[in-house]
Amino acid sequence: MRAATTRIAATVAASAAAAGTLLPAAVHAAGAVDGAVQKQATNYSAIVMFLVFVLFTLGITYWAARRTKSAKDFYAAGGGITGFQNGLAIAGDYMSAASFLGIAGLVYANGFDGLIYSVGFLVGWPLVLFLIAERLRNLGKYTFADVASYRFQQTPIRTLSACGSLATVTFYLIAQMVGAGKLIQLLFGLDYAIAVVVVGILMIGYVTFGGMLATTWVQIIKAVLLLSGASFMAFMIMAKFGFSPEAMFKAAVDVHPKGVAIMSPGAFVSDSVDTISLGLTLMFGTAGLPHILMRFFTVSDAKEARKSVFYATGFIGYFYILTFIIGFGAIVLILGKDANGAYPFLTAAPAEGVKAAVASVIGGTNMAAIHTAHAVGGDLFYGFISAVAFATILAVVAGLTLAGASAVSHDLYASVFARGRANEADEIRVSKITTVIIGIVSIILGIAFENQNVAFMVGLAFAIAASTNFPVLLMSMFWGKMTTRGAVLGGSIGLISACVMILLGPTVWKAVLGHPEAIIGYANPGVFSIILAFVGIWFFSITDNSAQAQKERRDFEDQYVRSQTGLGAEGASAH
Amino acid sequence: MPECLKTVEQSPALDEGTHMSQNAQRILSNPKFQELVAKRSAFAWTLSIAMLVIYFGFILLVAFGKEFLGTPIGSGVTTWGMPIGVFTILSAFVLTGIYVRRANGEFDELNRQILEETK
Repeated sequence: MRAATTRIAATVAASAAAAGTLLPAAVHAAGAVDGAVQKQATNYSAIVMFLVFVLFTLGITYWAARRTKSAKDFYAAGGGITGFQNGLAIAGDYMSAASFLGIAGLVYANGFDGLIYSVGFLVGWPLVLFLIAERLRNLGKYTFADVASYRFQQTPIRTLSACGSLATVTFYLIAQMVGAGKLIQLLFGLDYAIAVVVVGILMIGYVTFGGMLATTWVQIIKAVLLLSGASFMAFMIMAKFGFSPEAMFKAAVDVHPKGVAIMSPGAFVSDSVDTISLGLTLMFGTAGLPHILMRFFTVSDAKEARKSVFYATGFIGYFYILTFIIGFGAIVLILGKDANGAYPFLTAAPAEGVKAAVASVIGGTNMAAIHTAHAVGGDLFYGFISAVAFATILAVVAGLTLAGASAVSHDLYASVFARGRANEADEIRVSKITTVIIGIVSIILGIAFENQNVAFMVGLAFAIAASTNFPVLLMSMFWGKMTTRGAVLGGSIGLISACVMILLGPTVWKAVLGHPEAIIGYANPGVFSIILAFVGIWFFSITDNSAQAQKERRDFEDQYVRSQTGLGAEGASAH
Repeated sequence: MPECLKTVEQSPALDEGTHMSQNAQRILSNPKFQELVAKRSAFAWTLSIAMLVIYFGFILLVAFGKEFLGTPIGSGVTTWGMPIGVFTILSAFVLTGIYVRRANGEFDELNRQILEETK
């Protein structure tokens, strides 16, 4: 880092981005467990609690199915979710099993650095509130493509948005499925293939029968369970230290091999361009994830949409503070002796007078939070946290599947193929069929990719969201001079450049395809592909002087008024 | 794709007729609308910049102020980095709260008046 001080500005920005980010995409969204895992003994208390969760959520799905009649019910839960409920559901959508286990594991291994990642994941939310949420709610109906295509030609923009959504959803989903299989193998002692099939079938069930209403409640319940479980753990840990953070930190410093170094930032930043790039990708990618954007259509108006982000930011921020406490608790409980002088969570006890190695924890550092649950709450609570981790995966994949199915039925089928003449019943039927297909495909891909390194897929999903969905959406709302041609060409440039650069970069060309050197040296294409997309949209719009383009520019006033005031916006269903 | 670009289609949202456009024109020329947009945009951008300054301030400390962040507060092991990190997380929540409070109160009231006058 210091060597780079000659180019201070660049380095500053780089470090900045690095902070949010280094390993993050993988930690945040991909499988919590990378590499081969050992199947564990069957964990009956976890399985029983998970079955209770499944029965309960299927009951909710049955209830939701009876209330889901119109397209608005199916895609947007009738628009009748409150801001508070939606805030919980957004948090449930965003707090993946991987961010719980991954960030707690990161704190366990590195201390303070884990906090830097948490901060990076959170700061995108206020920007979503200030710049996107209310405009999106005022302009859209079911998908973000409704907003992106508002005053433009429907076919090209919806096709592009659907491609962007499906690509994002597919890569994200594969990463979740593979992570789910490994995690469940580890926590429940079930076969990998069984775990993947169970996840696939349940998500098909929730979405096909219960639509957005069931998906929302699965996410809300999961958020409540995860927040309660994590709160309990943090409380028990703090209680051990008389609620003194100083006492907890002191105990952690005493047993951690890095000693007092865990209390300050560690070594960050490898390549400055790569780290800027990853920072941009994460911040803008979050604002371009179709399953997150879709949640804003489930509330009645802009007022509730704003409240959603307020509550979501609060829950997510609170959750990250809890994972930080849990990570430090894990250091003390895993690396220190228990009451009997033993080390129950290590593969081997350290020699006398030597500190235990971080990596000697059973199951790897991502298991730190799970072992901590065992240490503070016994077998039953350990089962509970394992079941919550499983439920967490289900909630995230259900949201993804619904977003993918909507892109096909609402954007491709109803607007592109049927040119707006499809009736609602047909549209819902297409959506349900697509859900089943997405479910089956993701089961097959999940099994096919069992032994592959899928971490790059999350990076790819975020890169596509940040380089295609986000630029087109943002410019359509803020820039009156954008035209269909500019949006389609600029968005396509973003999509293609992101995919090609990842393919030729170190994560795929070198690590997956096994070539000795990558053709492109950067693992994260964001800084290039995002800028290319914006420049492309700008250039191909200002050079577009067709009659259609003139009309689209004139129509901006209508869109502008509606985006600001909600005049003519979709309301909630009557029932 | 070029064929697609030539076909003239229109968004269903704008097909609803010209009344939307007339209403939009009336709203655009309403001074209260100008006031609403000016105030709300300024507020949103100010808070966005505040968030970015806080976040990048934290990150710059991580990059160039490692010694400061690693300095214990008083005689214990707790360093300055801990409260500063937690402050950054809390600030995100507080800033969203500040925005929602004013937007859902003052701005929505203004918005309601504008829509009322347009009827």
